Amino acid sequence: MTQAVATHAAPKSFIRRYIFSTDHKVIGLQYLFLAMVAVAIGIVLSLYMRLRLAWPTERWPLLAKLFPNAMAGGTISPEFYLSLVTMHGTIMIFFVLTTAPLGGFGNYFLPIQVGAHDMAFPVLNMLSFWVTLAGFLVLMAAFFVSGGAPISGWTAYAPLSAVGEIAGPGLGMGQNLWILSIALFCIASLLGALNFITTTLNLRTKGMSMTRLPLTVWAWFTTAVLALLAFPVLLAGGILLLLDRVGGTSFFVPGGLIVSDKILPHKGGSPLLWQHLFWFFGHPEVYIAILPGMGITSHVLSTFARKPIFGYRAMVAAIFAIGLLGFLVWGHHMFVSGMSPYSAIAFSLLTLSIGVPSAIKTFNWLATLYKAQIRFTVPMLFALGFVSIFVTGGLSGIILGQTSLDIPMHDTYFVVAHFHLIMGVAAIFGIFAGTYYWFPKMFGRMMNETLGKLHFWLTFIGIYAIFIPMHVMGIAGHPRRYAETAGFDFLAPLQPLHVFITIAALITAGAQLLFFFNFFWSIWKGKKAEVNPWRATTLEWTIPSPPPHDNFGPQTPVVHHGPYEYSVPGAAEDYILQTAPPAPTKA
Amino acid sequence: MGLALALVIGLITLGTVILFVGRFWWFPEAISEHGPSIDRQFMLTLTIIGIAFVLAQAALAFFIVRYRRRGEQRASYWHESPRLEVLWTTITAAVFITLAILGQRVWAQLHLNAPPPGALQVEVTAQQFVWNIRYPGPDGKFGRTRTELINDVDNPVGLDFTDPAAQDDIVTVNQMAIPVNRDIHVILRSKDVIHSFWVPPLRMKQDAVPGLAINIHFKAVKTGQFEIACAELCGLTHHRMRGFLLVLPEPEFQKWLQQRTNL
Ligand code: HEM
Ligand SMILES: [Cu+2]
Ligand SMILES: [Cu+2]
Repeated sequence: MTQAVATHAAPKSFIRRYIFSTDHKVIGLQYLFLAMVAVAIGIVLSLYMRLRLAWPTERWPLLAKLFPNAMAGGTISPEFYLSLVTMHGTIMIFFVLTTAPLGGFGNYFLPIQVGAHDMAFPVLNMLSFWVTLAGFLVLMAAFFVSGGAPISGWTAYAPLSAVGEIAGPGLGMGQNLWILSIALFCIASLLGALNFITTTLNLRTKGMSMTRLPLTVWAWFTTAVLALLAFPVLLAGGILLLLDRVGGTSFFVPGGLIVSDKILPHKGGSPLLWQHLFWFFGHPEVYIAILPGMGITSHVLSTFARKPIFGYRAMVAAIFAIGLLGFLVWGHHMFVSGMSPYSAIAFSLLTLSIGVPSAIKTFNWLATLYKAQIRFTVPMLFALGFVSIFVTGGLSGIILGQTSLDIPMHDTYFVVAHFHLIMGVAAIFGIFAGTYYWFPKMFGRMMNETLGKLHFWLTFIGIYAIFIPMHVMGIAGHPRRYAETAGFDFLAPLQPLHVFITIAALITAGAQLLFFFNFFWSIWKGKKAEVNPWRATTLEWTIPSPPPHDNFGPQTPVVHHGPYEYSVPGAAEDYILQTAPPAPTKA
Repeated sequence: MGLALALVIGLITLGTVILFVGRFWWFPEAISEHGPSIDRQFMLTLTIIGIAFVLAQAALAFFIVRYRRRGEQRASYWHESPRLEVLWTTITAAVFITLAILGQRVWAQLHLNAPPPGALQVEVTAQQFVWNIRYPGPDGKFGRTRTELINDVDNPVGLDFTDPAAQDDIVTVNQMAIPVNRDIHVILRSKDVIHSFWVPPLRMKQDAVPGLAINIHFKAVKTGQFEIACAELCGLTHHRMRGFLLVLPEPEFQKWLQQRTNL
């Protein structure tokens, strides 16, 4: 199954091959490298925040070198803290959690897993990467303009984000760049989504029926549908916000506002309208971030449990239910916003309903492990970690989804803990699982197992040490986006927790260096990988590592089996490739 | 590897349970009438999700140990059970929906009922980074306000003194006194951006949205002084937007008001 050779030649010039490439694999890697740059920056920013929270008045002359303007006195000022909050959140949500699992792995592996030679629209695909990159550069530019990066958070609530510099530093040019960056990102994601959907529907190879799609493909496909429906709404919102800022309109700014002693000329806008538009996008975005992680986890669990994924059909149905319900629950971010208390009740019931398909997925993952033969490879460790963290982060949603309990919990550290675990860390664990799993295919070499395990242990324990204590800080009432606890007596007892969390964060962040080192070292020095080192079943494991330009060469693969045929009784080996000849022998 | 992972999951689970059961950091004591109901619903939910948390992590850890690879044995090929799927779907749906419905009781009482007649009216107008508190004064009526008259030195809410009803209005900054055991009807406004009125012991949080007057009501049943925090990012010193809530016995509250009137 491994002798595929490229027939139509790959482009020769370096630029066409690696820079402006239309090869979905190169584009996938470009997305992955962008996400790696972004996550490194995002982590550094989070450490600056954590340092300020633990030791608010401390001076950091060395750290100030990175931000000479914002940290002029050597301290992390409250306004710089809020810039960090905004940029960290925006980078992580858009340029890490959306970029790596969908743009990176989705691009690289969706076409291969369905047996296609490339994406449906390769040029569009290239374009979507370059627009994403432009969006990233525009966002980074916000650090360097006068006033610095915006301080309105990744949610950019109007009117704070709408009325300009008079409301606070960074709300002038910095906020404009933020909006522009997000708008570019929306456009890029739309182009990408079209590609994923078309490729899945039209370019499946012979025998690859929808029920033989790996769960990763189902996850990317559903994610793309969500992206297609959600990003245009954010784009529209962003354009209206920009118009309010520079065009004199009043979509989100009501009349009669006084900011810094000045009466604003706006009239008739609604701040809640922004929240509705934002969260109509924002909640599906949470699933855009996590669904590919669920797909990868299912895939990896099945591979290393040497068992078929339990309840394939239920898993697909759950992905769909999550996707659909994901569009009906955005109001749970707005229970105390002043919207109608009746609609809050509807949103609350729908929100707890979406817990059901999430629970189904967890049950099926556990059932997959039942009577398994688990191999503890590094990707498997991260997939198991994903299940643990997904459970922990998901359960606190049952509290936040209840109208009355959200009254004390809203906008506190309880929310920070919840969303970091469920969307941030779980999704990141999915990305790690995918990286360790597919690295041999992408680079033809194995990553170092020992370093990988060390990375897993430190990250798994560290993440819990960071985010579990945040729950009780929220229960004690600590609001989020506070630059320090010094302003309130009731926050004083929580300061030791801030110190503890900061230390845990420093260690956890340090552990990520192991990953980066392992990754780049292994590209050049890793042990050579076989075609199918994990003895897995799906199509990517039938072609050379790394795959040739057109993936399958002249022979289009023909699929005869489902994606998770492990330990089939009577079969010669404990796995059956999807392309293996039909009629499995019954002994 | 399997044993180690199961052990770590076990320890993390144990540590989490200890942190939540030990309540080293927890809610401040509730001082509002509805507070204990929220706390009860919270504890009920926390108990249920706590059990689910322990069971799920324990199952994960157990499977990791029990089904770690042993020699070249094959895994089981059992991978489908519609009955099990229906079973666990039904159970979780029943539990989650029941909690969601129970969770609406306090909500309905607070937000679907109008403020009781006879409640004391207090207007809270947030601005970057101050809470302006206004009482209607002896006439029981809030006077007219006009944006143009607002001035942070002596007229923070823009009282229009040509309106007789405005002349006896009492305005304080960051000091909100209320009588104990009496319904309070707060009208929340904002002059600039969104803020959020957050008093943890009251178990009351509500955004103040510019352009809207949002009505909330509650009743404090314990006296004391408490902090009012801002829970919605509103700019530079959001983290220092502190007010004080004084819950006083009725006579002392009247005295407090009296003092402000005579200023
Ligand atoms: C080393 C790991 C991380 C640490 C220590 C960390 C730390 C923090 C801190 C201190 C805040 C500010 C909380 C506040 O004041 O409200 C924050 C906010 C945030 N983080 Fe992280 N974070 C980490 C990883 C991530 C990841 C992986 C994501 C991806 C989802 C993420 C997404 C966010 C978002 C969306 C916000 C909210 C920003 C806002 O309020 O506008 N973080 N994080
Ligand atoms: Cu949501
Ligand atoms: Cu605030």
